[in-house]
Amino acid sequence: MMKTPYVELKNVSFTYESNPVLNNVSLSVEEGDFLALIGPNGSGKSTLLKIILGLLKAKGEIKLFGEPISDFQHHEWIGYVSQKSNAFNSGFPATVKEVVQSGLTKKAGLFKPMPKDAKQKVMEALKAVGMEKFINRRIGELSGGQQQRVFIARALISEPKLLVLDEPTVGVDIKHVQSFYDMLSELNKKHHLTIILVTHDIEAPFNQISHVAFLNQRILFYGSIDEYNLLPKEQIYQWYGHSVRAV
Amino acid sequence: MIEAILHYEFLQNAFLSGIIIGFIAPLLGVFIVVRRMSLIADALSHVTLAGITGGLLLNQHIAALAFFNPIYFGIAASILGSVLIERLRVLYKHFSELAIPIIMSCGIGLSAVFISLANGFTTDVMGYLFGTVSAVSRQDLWIIVAIAVIVLLFLTIFYKELFVLSFDEEYAKASGLPATMIHFLFMIIVALTIAASMRIVGILLVSSLITLPVAGAMRLSKGFKETLVYSVVFGEMAVIIGLILAFYLDLAPGGTIVVTSIAILIIVILCKKAVQKGAQQ
Repeated sequence: MMKTPYVELKNVSFTYESNPVLNNVSLSVEEGDFLALIGPNGSGKSTLLKIILGLLKAKGEIKLFGEPISDFQHHEWIGYVSQKSNAFNSGFPATVKEVVQSGLTKKAGLFKPMPKDAKQKVMEALKAVGMEKFINRRIGELSGGQQQRVFIARALISEPKLLVLDEPTVGVDIKHVQSFYDMLSELNKKHHLTIILVTHDIEAPFNQISHVAFLNQRILFYGSIDEYNLLPKEQIYQWYGHSVRAV
Repeated sequence: MIEAILHYEFLQNAFLSGIIIGFIAPLLGVFIVVRRMSLIADALSHVTLAGITGGLLLNQHIAALAFFNPIYFGIAASILGSVLIERLRVLYKHFSELAIPIIMSCGIGLSAVFISLANGFTTDVMGYLFGTVSAVSRQDLWIIVAIAVIVLLFLTIFYKELFVLSFDEEYAKASGLPATMIHFLFMIIVALTIAASMRIVGILLVSSLITLPVAGAMRLSKGFKETLVYSVVFGEMAVIIGLILAFYLDLAPGGTIVVTSIAILIIVILCKKAVQKGAQQ
């Protein structure tokens, strides 16, 4: 029996102030996938992510877990980690515990208090990202990489089926980028978490992902990592533009 | 002084309303400050003034409304102002801060027109501008109590959603939270709190009671709940010390409350610096 895709896009188009941003994008993300959505800056990657998250409305057919996006109510199934630089004011007076616990808000429901085992869940989520020692620290005191781990813990605490990350390594110290990707790989393989990773980073963890979608207003390539690796490097080089050298 | 409070109803009203406002204004102020909306309190307080002066004018000219408390007009204007600010923020989405000066000038302009049309309620207006805690009636006190109950209920019910919305609005929307509805309710609650606070500190000083205790709290606290607690403590200290000083020194209570708030803030900043210096050494 065929499994229902977690995300299914058919002929999705989006225009911003009469400028086309996405043109007939079709894409499918299955359970267990680790999809890297790549493309140069301004290619529409973040816009596509926002459409999947319901933050922007677009033309075309969008289904989440088999349901049309307009009917979809189980937002706790999707964990979202935004670009660190846009996410929050670093002076915000909140502890790591408070930030991670806030990930349970939707799951707990309106007019209802946080679940009684919230503290335990916070600890488990922080352990999954190796940040349990920082539970009582103020979020703004942490480095960029540590903050991103905390935001992943906030996304994980509601036990999502799909983790969506928008350029998560922007603002993260380069020496911590690899360990960050290793952690994502572990979440995908050991915890069976389906992941969509948006990045313009050509050095993204191509040995750890399962699928690649190359976007530049439209999908230029979509396939498994093995198929992607067979592409002529000049082709990727051309898609990215001359300023980036394919590795 | 305690004897005087026990004897005189106006002093009881003043202290009770002061303590209530000293609690709810900084509590709501934490959410206002962390959402970078501090100036909205100023804009709404000026719109409230327009409502009150309009109300006073109607009191003068329409016999049926002669005994209608102008605070109700202030509350209505404040709520209308909060809705208009939101509309303007959407209209000027790339320059959303424009909403504040537009609404603020509208409030000041209308107030000036109403005052000039009335020719005779200068004393009342001065009271609303700088606060007349001694003129707080039992009816005013009950209005403040009702508003405080609404504010506390709102903050208790929507605390977790407000935290998410304040910390990361995009995440809140992506999580499927009804962010627009909660923000709209929040703005109405802000409008109500401003209308309730103005009797104590006056319209020109109301934003100080909302923001100054929070500014001090943010220097000391590590977490959000700690910020809420410190803000309320500093707010209550400012109101109680300010009212006592005003009683003994025969000063304007609104002014003494705000000056006490500033003094607390300066002490907190200096203490924090001294502690940091000590830690470095």
